[in-house]
Amino acid sequence: MRLVILEDYDLASEWAAKYIRNRIITFRPTAQRYFTLGLPTGSTPYACYKKLIEYHKSGDLSFKYVKTFNMDEYVGLPRAHPESYHSYMWNNFFKHVDIDPANAHILDGNAQDLEAECAVFEKDIADAGGIDLFVGGIGPDGHIAFNEPGSSLVSRTRVKTLAKDTIVANARFFGHDLSKVPTMALTVGVGTVMDSREVMIVITGAHKAFALYKAIEDGVNHMWTVSAFQQHPRTIFVCDEDATLELRVKTVKYFKGETETLCLVFTSYQ
Amino acid sequence: MPSNGSVSDAPITQFINCRILKEHTLQREDLWVRDGRILDPEKLFFDEQGYADRQLDCGGAILAPGFIDVQLNGGYGVDFSTPSEDPGAGVAFVAKKILEHGVTSFCPTLVTSPPSVYHKVLQRFSFFTARCEFQSGGVHGAGVLGVHLEGPFISLEKKGAHPEQFLRTFGGSGGVNPLLEVYGGLDNVSMVTLAPELAGSQSVVEELSQRGVTVSLGHSVANLSQAEEAVQQGASFITHLFNAMLPFHHRDPGIVGLLTSNRIPAGRSVFYGMIADGIHTNPAALRIAHRAHPAGLVLVTDAIMAMGLPPGRHTLGQQVIEIQGLHAYVAGTTTLSGSIATMDMCVRHFQQASGCSVPEALEAASLHPAQLLGISHQKGSLEYGCDADLVLMDDQMVLEATYISGVEVWRK
Repeated sequence: MRLVILEDYDLASEWAAKYIRNRIITFRPTAQRYFTLGLPTGSTPYACYKKLIEYHKSGDLSFKYVKTFNMDEYVGLPRAHPESYHSYMWNNFFKHVDIDPANAHILDGNAQDLEAECAVFEKDIADAGGIDLFVGGIGPDGHIAFNEPGSSLVSRTRVKTLAKDTIVANARFFGHDLSKVPTMALTVGVGTVMDSREVMIVITGAHKAFALYKAIEDGVNHMWTVSAFQQHPRTIFVCDEDATLELRVKTVKYFKGETETLCLVFTSYQ
Repeated sequence: MPSNGSVSDAPITQFINCRILKEHTLQREDLWVRDGRILDPEKLFFDEQGYADRQLDCGGAILAPGFIDVQLNGGYGVDFSTPSEDPGAGVAFVAKKILEHGVTSFCPTLVTSPPSVYHKVLQRFSFFTARCEFQSGGVHGAGVLGVHLEGPFISLEKKGAHPEQFLRTFGGSGGVNPLLEVYGGLDNVSMVTLAPELAGSQSVVEELSQRGVTVSLGHSVANLSQAEEAVQQGASFITHLFNAMLPFHHRDPGIVGLLTSNRIPAGRSVFYGMIADGIHTNPAALRIAHRAHPAGLVLVTDAIMAMGLPPGRHTLGQQVIEIQGLHAYVAGTTTLSGSIATMDMCVRHFQQASGCSVPEALEAASLHPAQLLGISHQKGSLEYGCDADLVLMDDQMVLEATYISGVEVWRK
């Protein structure tokens, strides 16, 4: 694992965006060889998306030969609802960049047959040649996507019932009315993300600190599903100082030393 | 055109680098147009996997709905109330010219005239409106929504510039028969201005409203309760507020009192026309009306044939008028005979005099008239599905271009 610690939310978001940008540029995607990207939603990646849009508008980054696969979507929420993940991705990312709509994959939470929808999504990922870089966040309960505590660490894309913690955390997007928050979602499985060639988890804020501790300093445990990435060959955790508050000083010092080296390597790409 | 074709193959235009008037504010958003209508780009992206064929860079300008003028008597030497050989050609000529003022839809207005004039004009008009392109507007000119008949059922005392000899009353029969007799028919009539204190007006107002004709109160000496009763029968507009009606009085506000009346039926609104040319209404009076009832304010030009013409004497209806600067008087008197300000001038003057926001000023010339005529699902707004009738302007609301159904019809 790499643990990259930046001073605050904005710097962490910028680092993550630059990493994604550099990965795509050095890959040199073409019509015959697309770059596949797994994408999250929520408040954590918001600034990262803004930065990616900035790099696109300045001409440095094109999404013409990039295929994206979002992690999840609510079940039963109308697609046009302002809180659906389709709306989030359209407003915060897709409408500002040059991605081909046919290459933007998001699970359809209003599909007639939800299980079939999940199976097709897995197939689409396989048809695209697998995912080059899966970007994700972490819930306060340590979940990746909607793989709530207790999810199998080898799970695939499926329907999940949301945990109380998650519903409470999401209520702020539904006027603080718990009854309006969807209770089910379609989500990629832990196994699905583990299959990617590289994983980057962005974690910011003190409220995520305990989850980060559980994910990287404790054992692999299905109650903290992000811990599964301890067994992935290429994972980066990008976080701000606040997110490290529950970690051992020794861990932080070790990885801060490493961060300086990494930053030197990546700033050479500008 | 680039899409999976599941909905349409028509080309898609994306207006970029603009601020659009939406949800009562100026938003930094792109505007998408297909088939002459405003398109929902999110649906295009997800349902059709489509994107734009071409992008139009607006250079940071404001993009707003095209203006709608519900009271326009003519212009550039054409007087709608003076029938020539071909009244339709006169309307078409003015319709083309007003594109320069950002007007994309309008109601040609006829002042009090003899029945022969109404019959001739409306009959020829029907012939022209049978052709769709005349109604919807385009490169040939602004769309014609329907005729506004201002008179002859108005008050003698408040006739203004209307010719006295052609004023009429409703007679005893009730219903719209006297109107059908005078006008020759109500096809293609959007609005009728009448004085509600005239005997027999109630059934007229009621029947006109039921037929879908907007009833406006004006050129009247009605008191507030007569006006309120007319509103209850269906009247929904006031023709050029303050002008040609009794002045506001604190014990009987008259028609002006409708702005704050508590006897308006639930779910309905009273709109009022304002000629914001700086002449017909003192700016302080404009502000009083605006502050009392901002949602009802509809900017109208009430422009006469002299609009666009040089100073001097010209004929309006059956009378002669004289132009001095921005003023137009009944020749030989100090009675105003109408305005010669253009709609974009009125929008700028209204914003400056009232101190309202740019979105508010723009809505007074687009959204509110569309709501008045019951067409706000189609015109006067940039909501998805509405007609792409647009104006492009700078921060001072000086026009740069006009579009109808997404096609550029005028550029500065």
